[in-house]
Order: sequence, then C-alpha cells, then structure tokens
Amino acid sequence: MVMEVDRVDGRTPNQLRPLACSRNVLNRAHGSASWSQGDTKVVAAVYGPKAGTKKGENPEKACIEVIWKTKTGQSGKPEKEYEMILRRTLQSICLLNIHPNTTTSVILQVVNDDGALLPCAINASCAALVDAGIPLKHLAVAISCGVVESGYVILDPSKIEEQKLKALVHLVFPNSVPSVHPKESSRVGDEPKEHGLISSVTHGRMSVDDYLHSLERGHAASAKLSAFLRKNLQSQVPSNA
Amino acid sequence: MEAANPSGDLSAEMEVDAFRRLFPLRFFDRHLVESIRPDGRPLGRARDTTLALGAVASADGSALAKIGSTTMLAAIKLEVMTPATESPDEGSIAIDFHMPPICSPMVRPGRPAEAAPVISKQLSDTILSSGVINLKELCLISGKAAWMAYLYPEERNNMNLKVDKLWNFMITIVDIYCLDADGALFDAALLSAIAAFSHLEIPVVSLDEDGRVVILSQDEGLKTSNEPVNAEKRKLTLSDIPFSLTCILYKNYILADPTAEEESVMETLITVVLDSSYQLVSLYKPGGSVLAYTSALQDCIALTRHRVQELKKILDEAMSEMEVD
Repeated sequence: MVMEVDRVDGRTPNQLRPLACSRNVLNRAHGSASWSQGDTKVVAAVYGPKAGTKKGENPEKACIEVIWKTKTGQSGKPEKEYEMILRRTLQSICLLNIHPNTTTSVILQVVNDDGALLPCAINASCAALVDAGIPLKHLAVAISCGVVESGYVILDPSKIEEQKLKALVHLVFPNSVPSVHPKESSRVGDEPKEHGLISSVTHGRMSVDDYLHSLERGHAASAKLSAFLRKNLQSQVPSNA
Repeated sequence: MEAANPSGDLSAEMEVDAFRRLFPLRFFDRHLVESIRPDGRPLGRARDTTLALGAVASADGSALAKIGSTTMLAAIKLEVMTPATESPDEGSIAIDFHMPPICSPMVRPGRPAEAAPVISKQLSDTILSSGVINLKELCLISGKAAWMAYLYPEERNNMNLKVDKLWNFMITIVDIYCLDADGALFDAALLSAIAAFSHLEIPVVSLDEDGRVVILSQDEGLKTSNEPVNAEKRKLTLSDIPFSLTCILYKNYILADPTAEEESVMETLITVVLDSSYQLVSLYKPGGSVLAYTSALQDCIALTRHRVQELKKILDEAMSEMEVD
C-alpha cells in the first residue's frame, strides 16, 4: 500500500476494533444484548410486542419505538436524531405485518462512547431483537468509515480519530443470508442483495468518489461483521432452546 | 385492461379520488408505469421553486422559500457574544427549525413534531460541515492592535485585561418556520436558510462608554457621539453553497422532490446535499424498506447535480432582484 495511514492505536486501515457481543444480559427485558467495539459499548433492551400502537401510527402494522439514553446528561437533538435513524432502520428489517397493532420498545443505554457510537447501537439493537424473538427479515450490520484528508478510508474510527477526519460515513447493510434456494432472488440487477444500503448518515465534506470508495470498503467489512454476528447468535441458540 | 389488473381492482368503477385514498399504492403504481406522477411531473423533476429575500423586516436577514406548496420562512437575528475559549477567533451559528401546528394536520399544538429536532440537527450539521459560512467573518472587530489603540489610549496598563473583552463576535440565530409542510421539508428549510444568509448584513456597531458593543440602526448611526467601529454594513461571503434534493426510492423508480402524500405512501427517502463545487456534504438515508444500490445512489447524485444548477440560478436571480430594489 502506497498511502499508508498511521492510526493512533496501531491498527491497519481495514482493521476493526475487537468485537464483543453477549445476549440475555438483563433479566426483566424480553430481549437484551450488549455490544462493544473496542471501548465503545452499548446495551440494548427490547420490550414487546406490547398491545396497541402509538397515536398516529398505522394499526395494521407493528410499531417500533426507540428510546436512546445517553451516558450522562439529558438527551437533546442528537439523541432525537439517533432515535429516528434507529427506528427507521429497525422498521426496515422487522416483519411488521406479523404482529399488527403492537408496539415493540427498543431501549439503548450508552455505556461508553469511543467513536462509531451509532453503528454500535444499531448492532446492539439488532442482537437484542434476535434475543427477544422479534420476527426479522434479515439482520442489519452497521459500520462506520472515516475519510482522512488524503482521501484514504479507515474503518471503525475511534473517538480521537473521528475528530481528525475530513468526513465520517455511517453505513448499514443487510447481512448476507445463505439462501436455501440457490437461485433465489438474492441478486438485484448485477449487485448481490447484501450490497444494498439500508441507512447512510454522513458528516463532513468529501468528494462523491470518496463516498463511493467508503461504500465499497464498508461492504467488504460488513461481511466480517455479519459473520461475527451470525457465529455469536448461533453459539447461544442451544442454551436458549 | 382486465389482464393488467389481475387483483381485480375497482379502478374502473370508482371515482378517482376514492381510489386514491383507498388504494394509494396502486394509484401511484398506475401512474409510475406511465412515468408520470399524479401532479403531472415526470419522475425526476422537482416542483417549481420560488425565493423571496427580506420577507421579515425586523430581522437582520430573512427569506421565504417555496418548493411547490412546501413553504419555509427563515429569519436571522444577530447578537453580540464573547467567543468560546476553544475557538477565540470565530463566531457561532445557532439553528432552530420549528413546525407549528399551522403546517400540517400531523402536528398537534403543545406537542412538538417529531421531525422538527431531527431536521434542526441535520440543518446545523449541513451548514457547519459545508463551510458555507466562514465563522471568522462573524468577527466584528478585526485587528486587535488597531482596536486597542482606538479605545483605551489612556489605560495602557489595563490593556491586557480589557483585550479579552474586546474580541466580540456575532452569534447568528437562525429560526426557520415551516408554514406548509408538503414534503421535502429539509430541502426547503436548507434553501430558505441559505437564502437568508445571503440576504444577511452585518450591521454597523459602535462602543459605548463602558466598552460594550452597541448595534446602531441606520439613522441613529449618524447622530451618535460614538464613532462606528466598522465602516459600513457588509454581507457575508458565501463559498460553496450547499443545496439538497430529497428523492423517494420505490421499486426501481426514483422520484425527485416528493410531496407529503408521496412521502406517506412510499417511505424510503434519501437526501443528497451537494455544494456548488459538487462536493458531497451529506448523503442521508434513514432506513426505509427499499435498499439503495450503488447505481440508484449514483442516479440520486446525478439528479441532485442537476438540481444544484437550478437552485443556484434561482438564488442568483433572487439576489439580483434584491439589488435592483
């Protein structure tokens, strides 16, 4: 590699921080999970499906409610934005027609923020939804990519790295499903399904090429994340059954 | 006809309005196969957009933006502040987006709309990260030395103490009111905010006896005994102005600049913000049932490029009209 970037913690640009995920961490919650990427850690709890939807929601579908709790202090506009992104992301992976007129609450508690907080929270809530047995179409894996000044992309930046970046991109992809039917429509056009983007949130100014580049790198890394998530969920299935 | 509607929809027997309300998705499907939308637009075209600068006389800068019937009123107030210690040579911008009950039947009085804080946050992220406003320009008094000599010639030994206070900057408070929420709220809000910034003038200020900054109104400026500090009103120089376009992804279609009805029926939205030199400021897709593939993303970016040119022209026209007046 010609344009090698030095990272504070000595990682290679493509290297993620150590992942850890444990499910069923809370006793009263219907489903819970804690997810950590390096020093960033989020605990998610799922309650539901509870009867009735919130006012103004479609009663023919299940409603998802997201509550974001910060580590310290009161929640403000950034937390409202996180809640909205999470709600819409989770809505897109849940099978909403199975429990019509119900509400599922997802509560996220930030334990520590050392960068890539939103992706960490999305991964945590996804694991918690699985733990609660909420019917899902597929899982979602979230990753953040940082674009440094030279246009180089680093994955899963920590808080110190985030501050030095030119732009930050949070991406959410569906996980790759090993299809039972080999010729199932897992490909849309000439791209495989897991290359479809569920959510994208960006901060900072970059060229369109920088974005497309991080998208490509995000795809590649999401496969690793999705394998980790699958392995983690499978290992815990027998004990729950 | 029969074969085209295997589900046996009642479109032939029903009034158009009833069909639209009862089967909104099928209603849109039947338009989209013809590559047209219910309001007569082709899929990729945005609605007519108008801008009026200086809509609020009491504000320092203001603008009214309309995209179709979505209406946004932005007004900017300037206040003097002492800069934060971490960035001593910069002013600051506070942006607030309001959705009063007048704008939509979804908003109830007393209960703030869910979308408002989110759009508010998006707007400040976009405006600050695009760098369209040079925060250093919000400095009222530039040149520390010149300034010291001017104000306190007799208090040389006290100087260091006072210098800190003399660095005065403007905080710009931008309030955007949504008057009519008919889809693409972020686009209209950003356009109105940018237009209000281009209309904004930094007023003439002077210092009173205590060394505080006083904003002089036009006629007052001539009478007062205190000499104004900055010679004349000035405008901000806006570099790389960000413009945005929201698109709906639905099946394989991309619908630019959706109305509220379209947003409620087809819920996958994607907002692209490009600045005038076509750098990507934001690509925002909060969930939605349709996955965005690279080709769709590139189509959205291409549509936004086209829209940037349109909006740039509209903004330039509005500004030149203002100068004529």
